[in-house]
Amino acid sequence: MRRVLLVEDSASTRAFVRTALASSPALGELEVVEAASGFDALRLLPRGPWDLVITDINMPDINGLEVISFIKKSEAHRDTPILIISTASSERDRERGLTLGASGYLVKPFTAQALVEQALEQLGSVPASGAHA
Amino acid sequence: MPDITDKARDEFFSEAQEIIETLSRNLLSLDAAQKAGKEDPSLINEAFRAVHTLKGLAGLFGAIRLGAFSHRLEDLLDDLRLGRLDLRPEVLDVLFATVDAYGRILQIEKDGRDDDLPSVDDLFRRLDRLGANVERGASPVGDYELDPGMLAVLTEYEEHRLRANIEQNLKLYRLRVQFDLSTIDKALDDMKERAKQHGEIITYLPTGEATGADAIELDLLLASRDDLATLIGSLGADNVVIEESPRRRRSVAPSASPQRGSVLGGSSPRAVDGFDRLADANALEAGPSLRSLTQTVRVDIRKLDHLMNIVGELSIVRSSLSRIAERLRGEGSRQLATELMRLHRNFDRRLGEMQDGILEVRMVPLGQVFDRLARVVRQISRDLGKEIRLVITGAETEIDKLIVEELSDPLMHMIRNAIDHGIESAERRAEVGKPLAGTIALNAFQKGNHVMLEVEDDGRGIDEVALVEKAVQSGKIGRHEASELVRDEVLALIFVPGLSTREQVDDLSGRGVGMDIVKTNINKLGGVIDVHSDTGIGTKMAITLPITLAIVSALLVRAHDQVFAIPLSTVSEALSFDPRSVRKVESREVITVRGSSLPICDLGKLLGLPVPLEDRRRRFVVVAALGNRRLGLVVDHLYGQEDIVIKPLGPSLSRVRGFAGATELGDQRVGLVLDSGAVIEEVLSGVEAPRERLSVLHG
Repeated sequence: MRRVLLVEDSASTRAFVRTALASSPALGELEVVEAASGFDALRLLPRGPWDLVITDINMPDINGLEVISFIKKSEAHRDTPILIISTASSERDRERGLTLGASGYLVKPFTAQALVEQALEQLGSVPASGAHA
Repeated sequence: MPDITDKARDEFFSEAQEIIETLSRNLLSLDAAQKAGKEDPSLINEAFRAVHTLKGLAGLFGAIRLGAFSHRLEDLLDDLRLGRLDLRPEVLDVLFATVDAYGRILQIEKDGRDDDLPSVDDLFRRLDRLGANVERGASPVGDYELDPGMLAVLTEYEEHRLRANIEQNLKLYRLRVQFDLSTIDKALDDMKERAKQHGEIITYLPTGEATGADAIELDLLLASRDDLATLIGSLGADNVVIEESPRRRRSVAPSASPQRGSVLGGSSPRAVDGFDRLADANALEAGPSLRSLTQTVRVDIRKLDHLMNIVGELSIVRSSLSRIAERLRGEGSRQLATELMRLHRNFDRRLGEMQDGILEVRMVPLGQVFDRLARVVRQISRDLGKEIRLVITGAETEIDKLIVEELSDPLMHMIRNAIDHGIESAERRAEVGKPLAGTIALNAFQKGNHVMLEVEDDGRGIDEVALVEKAVQSGKIGRHEASELVRDEVLALIFVPGLSTREQVDDLSGRGVGMDIVKTNINKLGGVIDVHSDTGIGTKMAITLPITLAIVSALLVRAHDQVFAIPLSTVSEALSFDPRSVRKVESREVITVRGSSLPICDLGKLLGLPVPLEDRRRRFVVVAALGNRRLGLVVDHLYGQEDIVIKPLGPSLSRVRGFAGATELGDQRVGLVLDSGAVIEEVLSGVEAPRERLSVLHG
């Protein structure tokens, strides 16, 4: 089973992302682990490996850019694809995220479909059955 | 696209509600900081983040109006936090107005309606006007010699704060701190708290340096006026290394390597002892579960009601168990009876624990409603041009969620009244030597099974003469009757419908809600209001409320062949009744209990029940007390105490006064639960026994 770390401080946004990811057969079965803050993300990250990190930018204390920077500095996780989810107004912050090494972004509000497409792009479609026993 | 389930939608609305409440709290803190002449940029940023999150959520869940409004407001807050707009009082006013607007918008979104909201449209225009002349786009901090690794992870806001601090000529420091992952929240909060004394933390950056699986190293960028030695003295520790960052303009040659300031001269920073021990002892197993970092769930209160009903039904099972055990014992199956009794005791204990657990979940701090009130106070004091100091104590006092919801309107009205009618104008206050700012105190505290809530002002007090005159003129009482009123009765006149000491109906207090409605609402919650007033000194309204409505301990009594439950929280004692000790004082029956007289009333007679044929020589007086009022209820028999779940009487009987509801008794019978507050009011206010209204019960 592939594992996604979702970093987002809004509970309903997390619920939305989780529902959306669970709805796509193409993505196969995913374990979505939720981090409600940048700290939670730092805490959870070592408990990887992760196949994808989805992160908000605008969060208190440890922001999304710092999460990205941390992932990119970490030996074990620097190759994990990172998808930014942020609002249109944080354009500049988003660009910084991409510069830091995030692999893609989605502008909030996004549709479930757009999210699934992006996740598919980052993760690839579900591996042939048996590959992940 | 997946269905956004009702559950996710509910979650969305409750999160939105919470965010709006956070926003409101932020604005209040901002207002307070502003008044104290202090500046706390993080407060504006938090308000911005709240609205920013709301906008994002609104988009995801298709709440168009909420989204559009948040979008406009976010722009304004963005201008404020990035220093493009000053936080003037009129800006703050608009911000406060948005909280109410949000409430309306959210309701409309929730109901799926599409009403016009002129007040919101108006607010849109005010927001537009404020944002009209703002120049956007500011110089980047690229001019400054800073660690590019650090600059790259600053959000636009953090960058702005950095620039603002540099422009004020503050020094920049880098604090390299090691935290244990399992305790980072608390450790960082401590650090933040201490660092705040010296300046502003601009950002936190994980360094990414390997420090072990359970530790993390963060760089904190701190802007401060203090010098390095001071900071090391105050913030230094084994796991903290402080360095000054160069912050010169690029044109100036870069400085040499920064001055190092490790405290104990230790070469490499290491985790402090406490952290080490914890890490060793618990290693990985004790780490937080991966799946649930968010430790709270939101639950519809109806689900808790349902659970509580089940507990109520289980307690009926419990009573039956005990009866069966008694019967077995009587029939000679002693051993079986003992076993069953043991089972019963165990069941009883666990059921008690379950009940306590459910009750605890329903409890919320009163602070929730106080926050809303603080906003109202601010609004009214501005509208009336009266300066008000709001003093809140006991915000942490807990009470049933359902009661909290019902409290905000009555309290709001009482506060309006206090500011409008109670607090004098500044000129008048100056004349009588009071501080110019009026004080409204909101006190909450627990007292046994009750929560006491006081709304106190230091205004002029209630004009008793005018109140009585008004009551006479409007025909509420006769002139002769008026002359015989004692003080408490005079003050109680403010609760008579249609009596307001003000001549004109004004926008503030005259919104069709009088103190009579306030009293009715409080009574509905099983509470009472008492008024105290000192002319020239102030008025105090004291509300006594039960802690919960879900379950109550009650005294079961019999009056004229009917079983009634009297909530134990309103019972102060029960005595043997001696008919010979009854005296008549002012057409009211009283007995003397320990030197003071107690009005009494025959419960069966009060309710108009037929007099039973049985022998009633031995009767009892149950002393019901609420606030400072006491009434002796004469009953025929005391059954004892039982925990009961109160069920509503149903729509056809809901308007009958005197009863809080009905409850199932152990033997499949139904008993009525007395609303002691209402009964005491009815009897003591001298209103004729509510016989007609109650006759429906046995008609």
